[in-house]
Amino acid sequence: MQRFEPTIVAFCCHYCAYTAADMAGSMRLAYPPNVKILRVPCSGKVDAIHIMKALEKGADGVLVAGCLEGDCHFKNGNVKALQRVTYLQRFLEEIGIEPERVQMVTMSAGMGSRFAKIAAEFTDTMRELGPSPVKAGDRMEPCAKAS
Amino acid sequence: MITAERKPMDEIMESIDGCGRILLVGCNECVTVCAAGGRKEVALLASALQMASMKKGRALDVREMTLERQCDPEYVEELAPHIGQVDAVLSMACGCGVQEIARRFKTTRVFPALNTTFMGASEGPGIWAERCQGCGDCLLGLTGGICPIARCAKRLMNGPCGGSGNGKCEISDDVDCAWHLIWERMKELGIEDRYEDVISAKDWRTGRGGGPRRIVREDLK
Ligand code: SF4
Ligand code: SF4
Repeated sequence: MQRFEPTIVAFCCHYCAYTAADMAGSMRLAYPPNVKILRVPCSGKVDAIHIMKALEKGADGVLVAGCLEGDCHFKNGNVKALQRVTYLQRFLEEIGIEPERVQMVTMSAGMGSRFAKIAAEFTDTMRELGPSPVKAGDRMEPCAKAS
Repeated sequence: MITAERKPMDEIMESIDGCGRILLVGCNECVTVCAAGGRKEVALLASALQMASMKKGRALDVREMTLERQCDPEYVEELAPHIGQVDAVLSMACGCGVQEIARRFKTTRVFPALNTTFMGASEGPGIWAERCQGCGDCLLGLTGGICPIARCAKRLMNGPCGGSGNGKCEISDDVDCAWHLIWERMKELGIEDRYEDVISAKDWRTGRGGGPRRIVREDLK
């Protein structure tokens, strides 16, 4: 049987996680290709709807990666991002989607190995969780006709 | 503003169960400001409903619209071209908006996605608190600008009850005693002597006690 390969979207802050991912590359550290990186100007720029749309359109997991606490270039974008992720985790739970599918992580620009480690661990967690239940939608039937 | 909160997802999903196409309608006014039913919340709920039904292997067509004001017929009319194409409307406005849609579109079911809570003010980011109960005969001028009807748990009109302690109401340490606030405010204004002026029994007919209310302005008709 083929191993399930999750699709993971990582919203990475330009000032830390994005550079850390780049550094992981220069350090020749391998991390799973499942992780698709989207550069954002700050983790605080990531709105709840961006995360929801990623999940709706087929991501099995979403990472929001910002600067270490106290290091945000825009003062507190990372704190706001964490609040949003926490809010969204509860929202997802309400519709029966595992809240672990969305995680907030922090790192500095120099932490290439931390980025690679988080990417590998999160990919493993998503493999264990299995495909997002939203993907049942691939076999969708209309549930009722409009009157 | 009028404040509201989203209903639990189970309740929302149960209300539209069996619908294949819904029109999810937000409002640009109060519910946008209290982050309950503006364009952003409409998008978020639409996405959540999509995912919840995809999870069940069902297709749900959610059309999103956000009106300037859902409590004004002029704006509600904008829904007319879409109404025939959906099984139901899910409204993210306050109860006034939901009822305006029900009044205009007689044969379409409309469900509330929010619980309308109170008339209040923002105390800081993400915090709203009750301030007014629309009693129809405002007495803020007598109470230093603090409403004992909306902010005192017992709606007392002449000073605090015995449960007032350390500035807090006996119902919870998180709730300020309205009469403590009134006293402090009167001191600051230097009008403590007015504190003992007796406020006469309130005539509740100007409020809900007189039944549903209307305002008619002949000059604007
Ligand atoms: S006195 Fe009446 S109108 Fe004035 S704030 Fe209180 S409830 Fe509202
Ligand atoms: S403690 Fe103050 S606010 Fe609470 S019921 Fe008594 S008078 Fe009203």
